[in-house]
Amino acid sequence: METLINKLKKAAPKAALLMAVAAGAALQGCSKMGGEGSATAQGLSEDAASAVYVAPGKHDELYSFLSGGFNGQVSVYGLPSGRLLKIIPVFTQHGENGWGYNEETKAMLQTSHGFVPWDDLHHPKLSRTDGQTDGRWLFVNGNNTPRVARIDLKTFETVEIMEIPNSAGNHCSPYPTNNNEYVIAGTRFSVPLDMKGGTKDVALDKYGEEFRGSISFIKIDKEHGDMDLDFQILVPGFDYDLANGGKGPSEDWVFFTTYNSEQAGTLKEVGASQNDKDYLAAVNWKLAAKYAAEGKAREMPANYYHNKLDEGTHVAKSTVKKKVRYLLPEECPGMMYLLPAPKSPHGIDVDPTGEHMVVSGKLASAIPVFSFSKMQDAIKNKQFDGEKNGIPVLKYESVLKGEVKEPGLGPLHTEFDGKGNAYTSMFVSSEVVKWKVNDLQVVDRIPVYYSVGHLMIPGGDTKEPHGKYLVAMNKITKDRYLPTGPELAHSAQLIDISGEKMKLLLDFPTVAEPHYAQAITADKVAPNSTKFYKLDENTHPHAAKKEADASVVREGKNKVRVKMTAIRSHMTPDNIEGIQVGDTVLFHVTNLEQDWDVPHGFAMMGANTAETLIMPGATQTLKWVAKKEGVYPFYCTDFCSALHQEMQGYIRVSPKGSNVPIKFSTGKKKEAPVASAN
Amino acid sequence: MKAYTKVLMIVAALSLGLLFMFPMWKIYLKAPQYPEGLELHIWVNKLGGSSDHVLQNFNILNHYIGMEPIHAESFAELEYMPYIVIFFMITGVLVALIGRNKLVLGWSGLLMVGGAVGILDFYLWLVKFGTNLSPEAPIKVPGMTYIPPLLGNKTLLNFDALSLPALGSLGILLGITLSLLVYFLNRSTNPKKQTSKAKHAFV
Repeated sequence: METLINKLKKAAPKAALLMAVAAGAALQGCSKMGGEGSATAQGLSEDAASAVYVAPGKHDELYSFLSGGFNGQVSVYGLPSGRLLKIIPVFTQHGENGWGYNEETKAMLQTSHGFVPWDDLHHPKLSRTDGQTDGRWLFVNGNNTPRVARIDLKTFETVEIMEIPNSAGNHCSPYPTNNNEYVIAGTRFSVPLDMKGGTKDVALDKYGEEFRGSISFIKIDKEHGDMDLDFQILVPGFDYDLANGGKGPSEDWVFFTTYNSEQAGTLKEVGASQNDKDYLAAVNWKLAAKYAAEGKAREMPANYYHNKLDEGTHVAKSTVKKKVRYLLPEECPGMMYLLPAPKSPHGIDVDPTGEHMVVSGKLASAIPVFSFSKMQDAIKNKQFDGEKNGIPVLKYESVLKGEVKEPGLGPLHTEFDGKGNAYTSMFVSSEVVKWKVNDLQVVDRIPVYYSVGHLMIPGGDTKEPHGKYLVAMNKITKDRYLPTGPELAHSAQLIDISGEKMKLLLDFPTVAEPHYAQAITADKVAPNSTKFYKLDENTHPHAAKKEADASVVREGKNKVRVKMTAIRSHMTPDNIEGIQVGDTVLFHVTNLEQDWDVPHGFAMMGANTAETLIMPGATQTLKWVAKKEGVYPFYCTDFCSALHQEMQGYIRVSPKGSNVPIKFSTGKKKEAPVASAN
Repeated sequence: MKAYTKVLMIVAALSLGLLFMFPMWKIYLKAPQYPEGLELHIWVNKLGGSSDHVLQNFNILNHYIGMEPIHAESFAELEYMPYIVIFFMITGVLVALIGRNKLVLGWSGLLMVGGAVGILDFYLWLVKFGTNLSPEAPIKVPGMTYIPPLLGNKTLLNFDALSLPALGSLGILLGITLSLLVYFLNRSTNPKKQTSKAKHAFV
């Protein structure tokens, strides 16, 4: 009898599952949501759930970094689960942790245009060693006010932002070479350069004569990753769209797609779509660096910001750079060639062997694949089709390997699985198409929902792809999730590419608009992750490293400096008197904790800024102006401990000229200096 | 005393050196929000732990229940215990060189007493910290004291505390066992017939 009960007990969950599946099927059968429901069911792999299931407490196999597009941030997702792990603020102020609001990080967002607290972040690119991702840094571009930023993958924090001079629409950016020698950034909008670091005041119909593009070569410090703008190449006034570096035999080269070779300055949707072919620009970056080093570079005045976060102080500092070196392609033979490419090409992707350059012409009906070895021969045999601004144009047929015929509509981007297959996103026909690189035959296609832009295979742009998953980043979401009013989350889709046929595994909503993404196996990043900052190594000029060092000092007529500490569950001092109306109070809060995952937050009533979130061992500063007499509370904003709610204090503000002295304390026992008991 | 027992006696004396290389005792704390655990290591001359900041983290947790903060400076023992250990090591070697079996037994006995006193002292500290709680403690559980276990495990609120001797204590154990072995080996080779008895002691 007992055994029978046991059997029943064991069988019960299975029976329940069966019923749930049956109910699900029945429900699906009832709902007639156009064709979408059935399309989903069709595309979905049978064991998709188990393929993406990462059990509670278990870690994902990969980190992925999805750009946030118009939110100026990077979102970090675990794969294959699609779980959001973190949002890293880069070009945009982030109220959540005070990035760009607190005194330490404001300088990160300084530019020659002043404080620019937003940008359009398109392309994340992982740093590389030997042509493979090395898990050290992530480079990202700011499109609107041209900038390149570096995120340190030990702390998942933006540590450097550099403005790019002589650029506008920094879209074609940032592309690291195979050993982090350079990060390369091209301009999408050509502009009339005044050769003094700005743009000229010229009539807009002078596009053809006056406008130029630029390609910037940012040198990367091998050890610390620090960026330095080494030189630029001033190029014809096209739109430089995307770039990709060579590998293996083509390692010295980087390729750029261009459009608007018509050089239209208005109604570009028509004006830039007239030529049957635009160009793929090939630049030998090693030769360019050599030319620059050997004195071919000229120098012009410039004015651009370079902002760095100091590791010890956690304080960002801006340096204004006043000159830039540049090369002119017409003076540097062998450095740059133009390959005709069908109609306004968008993506350029070089396969892992480095032999094939795949150009996705968004308006073209076929995908041309160029051959690097043929390009070398064509250069050697001078198979030129004239020149443009002194740059030789190679004959289309002489460099073409072949075309992928009828791949789909609106090809945009291609990545590779390292097993001889290429995967191209089709924006217009909303699908991912798999084709063989050797014979250019389409072998599989899978619908995506909807209008896919970039796609990403972990390492799919490097020498050694991790060809197990593909992430499609879709521009249009429509009915994929519960509706949330007019604005919907964009959607990413995880596709299993380990077999012959692609299999849809998972949809997950993404933050803002991912353009491109990168992914890396977790073992290259996770072991190096910082748990907390060492208090001993904190060199912030206003850090209070123990409670006895806390202080409140009037430093002039209208300025008071508070050095405060935070530790579970109190702030020192938490009672401050003697502040006067009109005072600017700087709260330098040091988190004394030396344990993992114990940040403290600091917020002040009426402060015209965001809270600041202070990691263990770090110091952050919130600026507050006392506007009116009274008493103002402040508190810890991050639920740090059982007595977090008690972690609060008061500031007394007296009238201007009042004789209330500066006084501060924590707890009743002692007056300043306080709390040396612990 | 036989030559090889002299060597053994020197080994017994030197094995106390383990106290300077490893902690004597370890207290492991585990709680849901501390999956990685917290370890407090008690050395003969210092306090340490699984990370550099383990004491601070112990103290942060303990201050909620009103326990006094633990600082190495609060323990005079950490100052003088190393000298006692060195004293034992030197006298142990001397005993070996002098080669008198009675001295071996005396050394052994003294070390046993020393170890026992150490454990008692440790226990008294645990009781002191666990019961001497501030009346202003934010968290007060009626009737609750927080004496960590001397040996074995015990649940203290959300923490599971486990206390075990560590490799350093092995030094004392080795010192005692080896010196006793030396003593019995030398006794059993005495003309008085006590061989079988001595053997029994170590089977």
